[in-house]
Amino acid sequence: MKADITLDCYGLLCPMPIIKITQKIKEVPVGQVLEVISTDEGIKSDLPAWCSSNGQEFLGIEQEDDTYKGYVKKIKD
Amino acid sequence: MDDEMTIIVFSNDLDRILASFILSTGAVTMGLKPTMFFTFWGLNVLKKEKATRSPAGWIKKMMSLINRRRADSLKLSQFHMFGIGTAFMKKIMNKSKIPSVPEMITMAKELGVKIIACTTTMEIMGVHQDDLIEEVDNVAGVATYLSTAKLSKVNLFV
Repeated sequence: MKADITLDCYGLLCPMPIIKITQKIKEVPVGQVLEVISTDEGIKSDLPAWCSSNGQEFLGIEQEDDTYKGYVKKIKD
Repeated sequence: MDDEMTIIVFSNDLDRILASFILSTGAVTMGLKPTMFFTFWGLNVLKKEKATRSPAGWIKKMMSLINRRRADSLKLSQFHMFGIGTAFMKKIMNKSKIPSVPEMITMAKELGVKIIACTTTMEIMGVHQDDLIEEVDNVAGVATYLSTAKLSKVNLFV
């Protein structure tokens, strides 16, 4: 999937990925896609949960070996 | 307005304190406004390394002497094993880039978590407000806790 901005959360455990996502999303312009790279398996469930709580669009998660790439489209400030 | 959340932090076990801070910092990312209310043994987490003044009365003096755990010297509720288990846990946490308890406190504050110290505990344990770390927003009692808890969607006791 194509992304505009990438956030590296490699090796970080819960709750650090969602804290970093919350901080990073502020820098993302509305309409652009944030890519989150994580090795925490919890991200598969936490990223959609975070998106629904924060009103952002969850585009999906791709898995390559032990690394997950999650995609969030910023739809509101 | 954000929904409120409260956590009563009763224990000063390292594992329970970590869980409390993971929940409060995580809550901010989910649009909640968390308040952590530190009471009983939990108050130790908010104490400065050294007290500026000794509590009045020999019983309180003895208690403060025994009650020496601080944010950077908490022990696990299980597997402490005279310090070996806790030391290994801290090593693993460090390797996994999990913040230490003092780092968790700083991070929680930066994210806007509110930290309240229980005045009854302070009185019982002989802790003066000057002996609490500067991250403490407020010292208060049960009415303050309950007034927030009534408005909250999530109320936890750890």
